[in-house]
Amino acid sequence: MLDNNEVLVQVKDLKKHFKVGRKQMLKAVDGVSFDIKLGETLGLVGESGCGKTTCGRTIMGLYDATGGEVLFKGESIHKKSSKDKLALTKKMQIIFQDPYASLNPRMTVGDIICEGIDIHDLYKGKERTVRLHKLLDLVGLNHEHASRFPHEFSGGQRQRIGIARALAIEPEFIVCDEPISALDVSIQAQVVNLLIKLQEQLGLTYLFIAHDLSMVKHISDRVGVMYLGHMVELTKSENLYMKPLHPYTQALLSAIPEPDPDYSQSKERIHLDGEIPSPINPSPGCRFVTRCMSAKEACYSETPIIKEVEKEHFVACHLY
Amino acid sequence: MAEKMTLEIEEMDDAFEIIGCEDLDAELISKPSLTYWKDVWRRFKKNKLALIGLIILSLVVFFTIFGPAITGYDYSRMNYEIEDQGPSSDHWFGTDKAGRDLFTRVCVGGRISIVIGLTCTAVMFTIGSILGGIAGYKGGVVDDIIMRLVEIIVSIPYLVVVIILSITLGRSMLSLIFAMTLTSWGGTTRLVRGQVLQIKNQEFVLASKALGGNAKRIIMKHLLPNAMGIIMVSITFSIPMFIFSEATLSFLGIGIQPPETSWGALAASGRGSLMFYPYQLFFPCLMIVFTMLAFNLIGDGLTDALDPKLRQ
Amino acid sequence: MKILEVKDLRISFKTYAGENQAVRGVNFHLNEGETLAIVGESGCGKTVTSKSILRILPSPPAIIHETSEIYLGDRELTSLSDKEMIGIRGSEISMIFQDPMTSLNPTMRIGDQIAESIIIHQGKSKKEAIEDVINLLEMVGIPNPEARVKQYPHEFSGGMRQRAMIAIALACNPKILIADEPTTALDVTIQAQIMDLIKSLQKKLNTAVILVTHDLGVVAEVADRIQVMYAGEIVETGNSRDIFYKPKHPYTWALLKSVPKLNTENKTELYSLNGTPPDLLNPPKGCAFAARCEYCMNICREKSPKFTDITSEHKAACWLLHNKAPKIDYTVESYTAENPIGINSEEVSHVR
Repeated sequence: MLDNNEVLVQVKDLKKHFKVGRKQMLKAVDGVSFDIKLGETLGLVGESGCGKTTCGRTIMGLYDATGGEVLFKGESIHKKSSKDKLALTKKMQIIFQDPYASLNPRMTVGDIICEGIDIHDLYKGKERTVRLHKLLDLVGLNHEHASRFPHEFSGGQRQRIGIARALAIEPEFIVCDEPISALDVSIQAQVVNLLIKLQEQLGLTYLFIAHDLSMVKHISDRVGVMYLGHMVELTKSENLYMKPLHPYTQALLSAIPEPDPDYSQSKERIHLDGEIPSPINPSPGCRFVTRCMSAKEACYSETPIIKEVEKEHFVACHLY
Repeated sequence: MAEKMTLEIEEMDDAFEIIGCEDLDAELISKPSLTYWKDVWRRFKKNKLALIGLIILSLVVFFTIFGPAITGYDYSRMNYEIEDQGPSSDHWFGTDKAGRDLFTRVCVGGRISIVIGLTCTAVMFTIGSILGGIAGYKGGVVDDIIMRLVEIIVSIPYLVVVIILSITLGRSMLSLIFAMTLTSWGGTTRLVRGQVLQIKNQEFVLASKALGGNAKRIIMKHLLPNAMGIIMVSITFSIPMFIFSEATLSFLGIGIQPPETSWGALAASGRGSLMFYPYQLFFPCLMIVFTMLAFNLIGDGLTDALDPKLRQ
Repeated sequence: MKILEVKDLRISFKTYAGENQAVRGVNFHLNEGETLAIVGESGCGKTVTSKSILRILPSPPAIIHETSEIYLGDRELTSLSDKEMIGIRGSEISMIFQDPMTSLNPTMRIGDQIAESIIIHQGKSKKEAIEDVINLLEMVGIPNPEARVKQYPHEFSGGMRQRAMIAIALACNPKILIADEPTTALDVTIQAQIMDLIKSLQKKLNTAVILVTHDLGVVAEVADRIQVMYAGEIVETGNSRDIFYKPKHPYTWALLKSVPKLNTENKTELYSLNGTPPDLLNPPKGCAFAARCEYCMNICREKSPKFTDITSEHKAACWLLHNKAPKIDYTVESYTAENPIGINSEEVSHVR
């Protein structure tokens, strides 16, 4: 699966800022760099305001980048003509978080799934129906569901409709923007299993954005942790959980509630005091300095740069 | 008897054999499919007042269309022998000062009033939807320009415009419609723009963009269908508003002129005989009241039927 | 000591398609000072159950069956008048909700919202109440309470709003706190803070807590006893260790297996249930879980199972516990640092 190290998507010093009010800048993503290899699942975790959703959507081209660039197979995706951008939509797709808001309540399921096919004029008539049925089979829904409306389905089923929609035009890369956060536990497992199966079957590459660390670790090959617009740690998923290096990652992991009473009640929790600061007009230096237990003087003035501290383990922290 | 049955089940040899659940279709949806408008209609039906409104409106429309055929009278035929007669079995609404059957005149006048109401509403909504849709979708400078235009339009006193236009363009039905719609589309533009702004940030619109959808597709397939509910309600309230405006103008003498007639014009000519023959003013006004009431009840019913929070 | 007892709770909702039986015969009790968790997925009836204790279900369309009884001490709550219920809400039983954004009135100052229940139930003047409020804010860990009292909800972050909600709920020192998914909408680190807060306040004030959630991790941290609900019924109940390490109902097994643990191997297929919970307009005649249970037996489709006692505290409603059924054992060992390979052991043995 990962026998080649071919890179599919390169993100180079990506910045996305939003203007808020007169003088304030919301620096949602502020200089993030990483690669996504062909066939891998890169997980992106972080809490509110960390910029992971903005990052995912900017990589998709839904937002324009304020700075830096995103390369898909070596070509920059933002500096393209609209015709080229249209062609690119066939290669990169996105699955959204909210299964209730991501489907048009007035369209039938069949039309929703085939929207991409209709836009790009890929199949018509009988061929279109055949393709639709194949997609429904792929995600485990019945053929007769195609004539029904979204409100008749459960959350998990709607999410599967969203997945079918993304797969309709045979993309190579899919950004999964918190696809399971709004679902029940046992349905999350259904959707995650489906995504893993499809990846093997169709050779897909995923960017899996979520805040549920256990699920992210399970589905990802590598995981990146974001905090307030910066990437603070990036490594293989077992590594992250066995040996977290960045203080924020350590605190985050210790905060995960494990479904295991003896373990969780005896575990020592790292207490993170205070609130998550706002990404509007952030102060210089390391973003985590306000809540970090190991903060030094340098942390207040210099922003740490992410670097490879051990083999394939990147951290942005002055401790290393 | 029931206990004996259950004992039998537990005693059965294969009662405790594991059979799993593979054979059952887990994805089956048992309820019949319900489209959006079917659901709206179902909820609408439950509202008794709204249904009454619908019935009243249907009756009014029926009589404006078929009334003259039923009575058999010609609305403009004058007959001074039967002038100013009160309601009777021959003339359900009586006759006016020229001996014309009032019921027939009310029906024919109703056609004009309702057509004006519908036409003005249609024009207002077409202009408002297009401008509001563009303003909401494009945003930025385009939005600013359109909104400033709306603000100007809304500030112009409506009656002044109508009077000036009726003097300059003459008093035909067409010029009346033109005058009434010229300054009316401001509110609709704002309404549609508000809806578009709300919907365009929903994820299904973003999904369409990600799939390569262009502006036309997004507006036609995603934005407008979802805004249709609110627009329908607004239309239902606008029609009576225009009917009433036309009635007022005709009552003041600047609207419909003879030989055409409308409810307002009929009320105007009935006003003079108020002291002696009050029914000549009463019946046209009654029709206006019924029609407006009916539309308002329907509009209220639609509002409730469309409200997603009231859905069960 | 029992402070709450729920007997044969049955609640239905009138819909256009018929009567939706959301809660179908639920029995449980709550002891003083303990934390009872009601666990289940959406649609299982746990939120409806918790709201019915305070009688805040909109009725119509909700109908609470006549035979249902809810005893707070020796008072039967379903028979009380509206006025008497108002006296109970906020002072003896309080509730906090999931979404801190919509649970607070955006046009009222935080101090006034918290003081509301103190003024109503304890008859204090506004000045006295605000002093209590400042103490409460400090107790729930909001820094600089004197200034925060005058602020509006939009000036608070999500975690702080939830703390304010907790302050409102605990203002009159209620015997019971019902927490309906209190941390689902919060970030993980904030969730940890809030759960720690609830734990410490519970110890301090000896409040009993009913925690309604679908998050098993949160339950493991704080619950003394756990009830698992499915399709409007309780399927298993027991203390925390019974449920997590020696569960007896296949639905509980499914829930536990669906959550990847720290030691679950990467990218393996997670256990997942097929399908969706049954339609409660026409509840199935046998066990409600039969259609999704891999251990379903012939009898499961015909007859609904009754509770079998496993220990004095632990019971489950499943035909597998009948002495004629094949024995299926499912045990889990705790994950510890010394046992990092962990063990999710399940011995599925068919023994007659």
